[in-house]
Amino acid sequence: MTTAVPVPPRKPPRRLNWTAVAKHGVLLFATVLVLLPGYFMIITAFKTQAGYSLNKFDFPHPFFTGNFVTAMRGGRFFLWFGNSIILAVGAVLLSTLVSALAAYAFARMNFAGRNLMLAINTALMVIPPVVMLIPLFLLLTRIDLVSTYPGATLVYAGLLTPFSIYLLTNFFRTVPHEIVESALMDGASTLQILALILLPLSGPALVTLIVVNTLWVWNDLLIALVLLPQDNMRTLMVGITVFGSRYNNDVPVAMAGMLLASLPMILLYLFGQRYFIRGLVAGALKG
Amino acid sequence: MLRTHRLTPFLYLAPALALLLFVFAYPLFAIFDFSLRRIRGATGPFIGPENYRQIFKDDVFREAVSHNAQLLLAVPILVAISLLLAVLLYERARGWQIYRNILFVPYILAVPVVGVVLSNMLQRNGVTNALLRAAGLDFLALDWIGSARRALWTVMGVIIWREMGFGIVLFLARLLSLNEEIQDAAKIDGAGWWQRLLYVTLPQMRGIVEFYTVVSIITMLAWVFSYVYVMTRGGPGNATQIMELYIYNFAFRNSLPGIASAVAVILFVITLALIVPLFRFRARTEMEDLG
Repeated sequence: MTTAVPVPPRKPPRRLNWTAVAKHGVLLFATVLVLLPGYFMIITAFKTQAGYSLNKFDFPHPFFTGNFVTAMRGGRFFLWFGNSIILAVGAVLLSTLVSALAAYAFARMNFAGRNLMLAINTALMVIPPVVMLIPLFLLLTRIDLVSTYPGATLVYAGLLTPFSIYLLTNFFRTVPHEIVESALMDGASTLQILALILLPLSGPALVTLIVVNTLWVWNDLLIALVLLPQDNMRTLMVGITVFGSRYNNDVPVAMAGMLLASLPMILLYLFGQRYFIRGLVAGALKG
Repeated sequence: MLRTHRLTPFLYLAPALALLLFVFAYPLFAIFDFSLRRIRGATGPFIGPENYRQIFKDDVFREAVSHNAQLLLAVPILVAISLLLAVLLYERARGWQIYRNILFVPYILAVPVVGVVLSNMLQRNGVTNALLRAAGLDFLALDWIGSARRALWTVMGVIIWREMGFGIVLFLARLLSLNEEIQDAAKIDGAGWWQRLLYVTLPQMRGIVEFYTVVSIITMLAWVFSYVYVMTRGGPGNATQIMELYIYNFAFRNSLPGIASAVAVILFVITLALIVPLFRFRARTEMEDLG
């Protein structure tokens, strides 16, 4: 085993070997622990009930795809997928739009109370949604927006907005002053500077923002559970939670359902690991 | 800074402001009001601190609080595991990027997926126990979720399993931004692996470790609803009851939003108290110049 960092010559080689083995041992152990549930989910999804009770950890033989048919029966999965996609797209678009406008003001304009408002905005990022949920539910009930796309979309968009403003403000601040100045000389209006200069330059920040925010809405359970109680409005997360308890005794079908549900995010992650990792780190610290 | 009309900035702020007033400002005021009323439907009569008196008398609430407190034990474990793995990855073990990308996977997976898969694995006759028996460790093949004594520890293990990916990636990002010359200088001076870790690497990580610690504390107190809801619904009995679930049950199952609001107020105040150190540590991390 070697490391990329050059090793100082005075270290005895034998000792280095042992530490390298131990380090790889720890990493391998952690990796196996992380991969084990995924492995179990995949092999079990392709087993028959009988095959599963016979042997829980060998490869599936015969290779059985019927669990997926059972899981998708009645088209519920597609309905849940559809609801999740509609909400994620709607909330992320709305939040990005209003946040870009606000971040532009925070990053590039002077006004009274700016720093205080930014500090409050940052604090809002940490408030857990469960705190706001009761008044939101009662309010949405009163205006007949429970179990509707607009109601849930507004709430999700609002919850995403503090982080979106925070990230975009930090990013807009990094755009060099000269670029904005020269656009002003050419007679660009205030709005044109945002639309034609700042936003086109913010590609990486926008991708980060969209990845993090989509993941947030996609993975949420609590808000969907409360604000979308009607059967045909269930999101994927609420759907699979119900699905998981219904097939509690039919583990292969439950696993097939979980595999189906996690496929989109796993595929996205395989293609865009950089964006996920960079985005979520930036989300915690700064843009 | 752009020279604009005095009111222009507010024009740009208005849509976001409207959204934030609706989703944050109104509810954060309303819970205080609700917590002092007996709510039926949209509102109800003012009853003073009666709801608070009720919850403090309620054994289930006390259990919920003590369970959240127990979950805080996961924080040092999370910090230690994430630090260890991040440091190992930082040393550029062969294939470190592959390890990192794999170790981050649980954090991408949705909690309901994780919850359903792992509860199935941890059932009395699930695959975990089958593996343990095959390894001759029959005495370890326990009822992980069905036993009131163990259920909360099992949930805690699942939380650690999923959340550690974030800690690893966060710490690694910090490590990769450190000045390697200091490391090299320590090596030339003959400092061993442990010495370098304790006296060179860790002191430079202080800000980010503190920051992650506070974030994890907030997580354990107020962001673990989905784990509990999916894996145990608070059971068996009230063995995994937590504050968030208590709010959910009282507001949306028992139709007592006043009681639930009192708990929401308490949770809100706790979070507010934690925001102060969080900001301080974040500022320090930024001064440490994370790339």
